[in-house]
Amino acid sequence: MSEQSNGANKPEFWRWQENVWADESRDWRAAKAITVGIDVGSVSSQCVIVADGELYAYNSMRTGNNSPDSAKNAFKGVTEKTGLTLNDVHMVVGTGYGRVNVPFSHKAITEIACHARGANYMGGNGVRTILDMGGQDCKAIHCDEKGKVTNFLMNDKCAAGTGRGMEVISDLMQIPIAELGPRSFDVDVEPEAVSSVCVVFAKSEALGLLKAGYTKNKVIAAYCQAMAERVVSLLERIGVEEGFFITGGIAKNPGVVKRIEKLLGIQAMNTKIDSQIAGALGAALFANTLVTKQGALAPIAF
Amino acid sequence: MYTAGIDMGSRTVKVVIIDNDAAGAPSVKKTHLMFPGDVDGDAAADKAYDDALAAAGLRRDEVRAVFATGAGRKTVNFATDSVTEMSAGAKGVSYFFPSARTIVDVGAEEGRGVKTDGNGKAIDFAGNEKCAAGAGSFAEAMSRALQMTLTEFGEASLRSDKSIPMNAQCTVFAESEVVSLIHSATPKEDIAKAVLDAVASRVCAMVRRVGIDKDVVLIGGMVHNPGFVQALKSSMDVDEVKLPEIPEFVSALGCALLAAEARQ
Amino acid sequence: MIANYGYKDGSGEYYISIDTDRCISCAAGRACLTGCPKGMFENMTDDYDDEVVQVKQQFRRNLAYDCADCKPSGGHASLPCTTACTPGAIKHSW
Repeated sequence: MSEQSNGANKPEFWRWQENVWADESRDWRAAKAITVGIDVGSVSSQCVIVADGELYAYNSMRTGNNSPDSAKNAFKGVTEKTGLTLNDVHMVVGTGYGRVNVPFSHKAITEIACHARGANYMGGNGVRTILDMGGQDCKAIHCDEKGKVTNFLMNDKCAAGTGRGMEVISDLMQIPIAELGPRSFDVDVEPEAVSSVCVVFAKSEALGLLKAGYTKNKVIAAYCQAMAERVVSLLERIGVEEGFFITGGIAKNPGVVKRIEKLLGIQAMNTKIDSQIAGALGAALFANTLVTKQGALAPIAF
Repeated sequence: MYTAGIDMGSRTVKVVIIDNDAAGAPSVKKTHLMFPGDVDGDAAADKAYDDALAAAGLRRDEVRAVFATGAGRKTVNFATDSVTEMSAGAKGVSYFFPSARTIVDVGAEEGRGVKTDGNGKAIDFAGNEKCAAGAGSFAEAMSRALQMTLTEFGEASLRSDKSIPMNAQCTVFAESEVVSLIHSATPKEDIAKAVLDAVASRVCAMVRRVGIDKDVVLIGGMVHNPGFVQALKSSMDVDEVKLPEIPEFVSALGCALLAAEARQ
Repeated sequence: MIANYGYKDGSGEYYISIDTDRCISCAAGRACLTGCPKGMFENMTDDYDDEVVQVKQQFRRNLAYDCADCKPSGGHASLPCTTACTPGAIKHSW
């Protein structure tokens, strides 16, 4: 095993890019209902604005040490982009690992329900199987045509099959996380998967493979394959159906995604929208439904 | 007659050579411990064995039989036979403590509980070889996060009387939890105790699957960690956990004893 | 909805699955709440406003250990939770 990565000056190979987006073709001022979904995950936090039931803007950023601050900062990022303030919002729903720590939310909904709802919006009502690989957990969800969850499991006990597991290999190889996927295909022959499920043991195994003469890319390929096998075994428990949608950070890693597709024999659906926002988007859509049913709620200042 | 036992663990190679003709009972002629580091599996076993022989002043042909155990036992190509870690551990423990009924074996990468019949034979076992959370490497990773050696870590834990529960089960997640405990200015000794309590409770839950009968003996690398021994005692709710003199070598010794029996 | 609580780690797969559709109008009077010797189940209102039962958060990462006493090796012929749940909503994966 290698040394800890606590050093402040050490490059952080595992960092995802942060970004803010708004639909420039619309003006939120014209919308009747504006709702906000906040997803405070263990690694990244998202804020999504839905105007009249349609995605309007989002901000995706790294979660800080403190959940309430991460929620506020995620929201501030969108306000800076759009000029919208909390007073213009009709309802806020929090989700994710830190959902109870969103100080200005009116309701908390589990990330399972939110991801299903968000995926249903992004992928359409044909979405049935959803895989969400978050920073510290992995969720497998089966839903109906309305985006309602029919079967799910969440593994947050073990780092294998989570974004954290990917970060560990990125750090070990000293290769930025975004390069892992492309590099995993740059190999002479596709290697066998790393045999250890446990990330700690897989790490020693990866070091052993390097010592045995594997190139870094080949080790990454073996690791991505192990990750894919692991995730597929979770998906099989809830039953895989066509209409396969991947959300969360790992959707950006083709090294894992392509291998999952190969194992399942099913292509993942494409989306133009950043799949990392699925949870927050689902939360904002739930909020929109609530506004339609019960009317707007007064903002909770922070 | 000389026999030898080799324990190819995940981190270290342990060799024990015994003299079976010593008055009364077989006696330990030589023990040898090696951290293979960059040496390959096969070569490591050869080197450790040759070093032990040299230290004992023996040649290979003077040793009648060599048994191997441990995760890498199949790679020891000069071994006469190989036995499971459970059998080797039970045999080795019976040499020191004939009264032993429950053996707790916690090494770097695995933890297990073995029930023994009192004649050095394993009759049941429960183990976890596939998850680092219930083994020494969990404590090792956390001690590194605290920038302490495992020994300092164990000693520090003895100075704490707090019990902070650890939420994370997984070693990887627990690292982040420990870092956040450090950030919240939790005293190092309290963190150390929390970590060792967590490992002990997992090990204990595993041992419960085979039942806890007295006497309880702890073997494996964690014997050297007094904090862990203490945590294990309170977790298992026993007055005493017996510790063999040469904890790392118990399984290698068991192998050597089994090799001698096979030759008699 | 089938809710799977638990995990899969290197040592195996440990899930308690609850078929919440059978849970909503429980015919057993929530016998699982008292049936489990460790009190691992609790009532909750799910995201779709249904009154169902879930495995308490603090047990979800520990099932292999917490349920061990109720398994055949712990001296039980059948699981107290699945026996109590006459509608058949509760299942163990291992």
